[in-house]
Amino acid sequence: MSEGIGARVLRKEDKRFITGKGRYTDDIIEANQAYAAFVRSPHAHARIVSVDASAALAMEGVETVLMGPELVADGIGNIICGWGVTSKDGSPMNMGAWSALATEKVRYVGDAVAIVVADSKALAKSAAEAVVVEYEELPVVVGSVEALAEGAPQLHENAPGNLIFDWEIGDLAPTDAALASAAHVTEMDITNNRLAPNPMEPRSAIATFNEAEDHYTLYTTSQNPHVARLVLSAFYNVAPEHKLRVIAPDVGGGFGSKIYIYPEEIACLWAAMKCGRSVKWTSDRTEAFLTDAHGRDHVSTAKIGFDKDGKIVGLKVNTKANLGAYMSLFSSAVPTYLYATLLSGQYDIANIYCDVQAVYTNTVPVDAYRGAGRPEACYLIERLMETAAREMGVDPAALRAKNFVKSFPHQTPVIMAYDSGDFDANLKQAQEAADVAGFAARKAEAASRGKLRGLGYSNYIEACGIAPSAAVGSLGAGVGLWESAEVRVNPVGTIEILTGSHSHGQGHETTFAQIVAERFDLPTENIQIVHGDTDKVQFGMGTYGSRSGAVGMSAIVKAMDKVEAKVKKIAAHVLEAGEDDIVIEGGAVKVAGTDKQMLWHEVGLAAYTAHNIPEGMEPGLKESAFYDPTNFTFPAGCYICEVEVDPETGVTEVVQFVASDDFGTIINPMIVEGQVHGGIAQGIGQAMLENVVYDEMGQQLSASYMDYTMPRADDLPNYSVHHASTVCPGNPLGMKGCGEAGAIGSPPAVINAITDAIGNNNLAMPATPAAVWAALQDVQSKIAAE
Amino acid sequence: MKIAMTVNGKSVSRDVPDNTLLVEYIRDHLRLTGTHVGCDTSQCGACVVHVDGRAMKSCTMLAASASGAQVTTVEGLATSKDELHPMQVAFKENHGLQCGFCTPGMIMTATDMVARYQGQGKELTEEAIRHELEGNICRCTGYHNIVKSIVDGASKMTTA
Ligand code: FES
Ligand code: FES
Repeated sequence: MSEGIGARVLRKEDKRFITGKGRYTDDIIEANQAYAAFVRSPHAHARIVSVDASAALAMEGVETVLMGPELVADGIGNIICGWGVTSKDGSPMNMGAWSALATEKVRYVGDAVAIVVADSKALAKSAAEAVVVEYEELPVVVGSVEALAEGAPQLHENAPGNLIFDWEIGDLAPTDAALASAAHVTEMDITNNRLAPNPMEPRSAIATFNEAEDHYTLYTTSQNPHVARLVLSAFYNVAPEHKLRVIAPDVGGGFGSKIYIYPEEIACLWAAMKCGRSVKWTSDRTEAFLTDAHGRDHVSTAKIGFDKDGKIVGLKVNTKANLGAYMSLFSSAVPTYLYATLLSGQYDIANIYCDVQAVYTNTVPVDAYRGAGRPEACYLIERLMETAAREMGVDPAALRAKNFVKSFPHQTPVIMAYDSGDFDANLKQAQEAADVAGFAARKAEAASRGKLRGLGYSNYIEACGIAPSAAVGSLGAGVGLWESAEVRVNPVGTIEILTGSHSHGQGHETTFAQIVAERFDLPTENIQIVHGDTDKVQFGMGTYGSRSGAVGMSAIVKAMDKVEAKVKKIAAHVLEAGEDDIVIEGGAVKVAGTDKQMLWHEVGLAAYTAHNIPEGMEPGLKESAFYDPTNFTFPAGCYICEVEVDPETGVTEVVQFVASDDFGTIINPMIVEGQVHGGIAQGIGQAMLENVVYDEMGQQLSASYMDYTMPRADDLPNYSVHHASTVCPGNPLGMKGCGEAGAIGSPPAVINAITDAIGNNNLAMPATPAAVWAALQDVQSKIAAE
Repeated sequence: MKIAMTVNGKSVSRDVPDNTLLVEYIRDHLRLTGTHVGCDTSQCGACVVHVDGRAMKSCTMLAASASGAQVTTVEGLATSKDELHPMQVAFKENHGLQCGFCTPGMIMTATDMVARYQGQGKELTEEAIRHELEGNICRCTGYHNIVKSIVDGASKMTTA
């Protein structure tokens, strides 16, 4: 079957995008819509003394100006974090109140104070500027270490010392003992820089309230419209679930930042009800930098110990995680259960201990960004391994291979039970593709041109397919992380798949159709994927954490199992054969070994006419399923990066980037490779270009594309992408997930390559030319001093 | 003020505020929403259209300055409903798009780039393509397949 599993099927969704017919939230216009703009705090920390909206309200065409106290009085609830994390001492996390519109205090630059609704976008913006807010400025803190220090400005009354939680995992005493007895210990301070996700489509929302029906509709840029509806209803009391329809139409990228329910959607829904008009808001890019949840921002110290043979004996980590001014939806899970549980990397480590302090600061809230916790873990362990190898004078690949987990299942000391993998195979495949054997010659050739060439590895593992509901429930998650699907075979035999996953670039309309084409031996053009609308799809947890294949497709498989069983019953009945003898192939349902058959669409028709179906069978041919995974999945791989540094300027070029991934079963290699490309680009971006920078007043200095360096085409190489896969035993298709691997695996490979080139392990991300040059000067001054 | 121009071969005229940007004229007044807005500093290229045959960032230009001009947006690139422009075909065949948000701007930039190079008889190398894409940001594809698409689109445009 040319369009089934493993085929490079061209994307069904492309035509509308290449012809300009995509339908994104900002493209939608509701009758008589008004436009919203937000009055935002220019201060990182301040008390609101007074707000005067009279000048704005006097402008012609301004509908209303609404503020926090009224929002609270109307019963709109605070924004919450949906994952409870418990501190070492057993106390619950200290979550400060976050009102969609600030009431007494503002805590970061961009914090929303009021929503202004007007006839046009331009008018809403000028009216927002005309709202006069008097602030009493308060002292500001932006870094996690500073926020924990004695005497630091305090953000939330119920979080003394700005500490949200002080959490731990693993066993401290045995880890300390193992490190004390180690033959070699490598110790590093490791910072994971703060990033702005920057999907190219800015966030947008358009809310409509139908007074006669007491019903709300929200179009929004969401990766998970059902979760948005659930949270808006159950926690924010905007409307009950049956009175709220959330639609996420075409969405222009998410990378995590469109998982969360932000103040703006809440305020637009509320304002639509208050003023009886549809209210639309679209973020501009500056607003996106100021309000979209950021990613990463970890400051860690780490120690890894080895015995005399180079086997790891223990790993100890302390991490301070900056969560910004408020706790975003999954913010607590990112630096804990999505991070420290992966610190074992691809290695067999008996003793691991990690503690994490999560901290409030006067910065944009931090939450999951592509990889979410796993890039931080991977960066930490892979920099340690490379540095340790250099310190011990051994080959970094050999040191890794010696410590690889080689038999599965493998229980790590930090919760995760790896189910499958062949780390040697990925390492070998990457080494061959990167021609590691020829590196010395390339390095010598580069040296002859005055360039420094370096090579770096990263052997990553991550946990995807989130997640078994009971397991995450026991760890504090407020939701289950299953997925749902519905398979509708129409009377004419065409098929609609309704899925709770959401595609915002991942190509589900193609890959989901492929698994159906494979199962029922039909062309993909007869299969339509429906997603992103809470009125159409029964429920869904959405797309993030590389879960749409392993969890979302598994739900479709489960529903297809039920459809197949019914199809076989109907055919057996009509064709007067045994169910076990029925096979589905070539667009027909046949009695094996005979010429008796029904065409596929005849079975559909039979099910709906119901003139001749087995007694007691319900008419119709539509089944639904909920799939709850039994374990995480564990994509893994080996990335090798090769760079050339100009020692005169520090300018660094990535001259080769090789990936060997184990994603389990691959449905469409073309799409999977695209995911890897995009992930690597974001990882190289983190390693060399991107950085959110605040000054000490809490002003974001990097809040535009003039100041935040997005990776562009000429910053990046072509990528050499390969697969060496083992099948995942945990789900019916054997899939592991591929959406985040590139962003997780690549940063340490890049930094390990640059530090190899310059001979200095002490280099932080982003490795800009200035940073690389400074690190080179350090080496030279050391040499001079010796 | 009344602003008239030719967009995708059709004469159009709209009464709009003086300070209306070309991208607002196209998106909000003509309702051609294939042209996107991805930034506010003229950096991302999501808004690229052709004005009198040259690629322009429509977020950086007043509608008034395109008065009387021939404007082509991504919606006007294909010659007919069934016949896509070779560059559009190339983007599809080479998986040059994921979320699709940057795509219209990429395609409009690419067709302009190819026409310029071919017009001057210059070779459009991969390196030149990467350099020419300076003003277009894509967050999804890592550019690998966009570059591939433009190489392929260029050869398709020669043979077309
Ligand atoms: S919207 Fe025109 S360059 Fe970004
Ligand atoms: S395809 Fe999403 S930004 Fe380029």
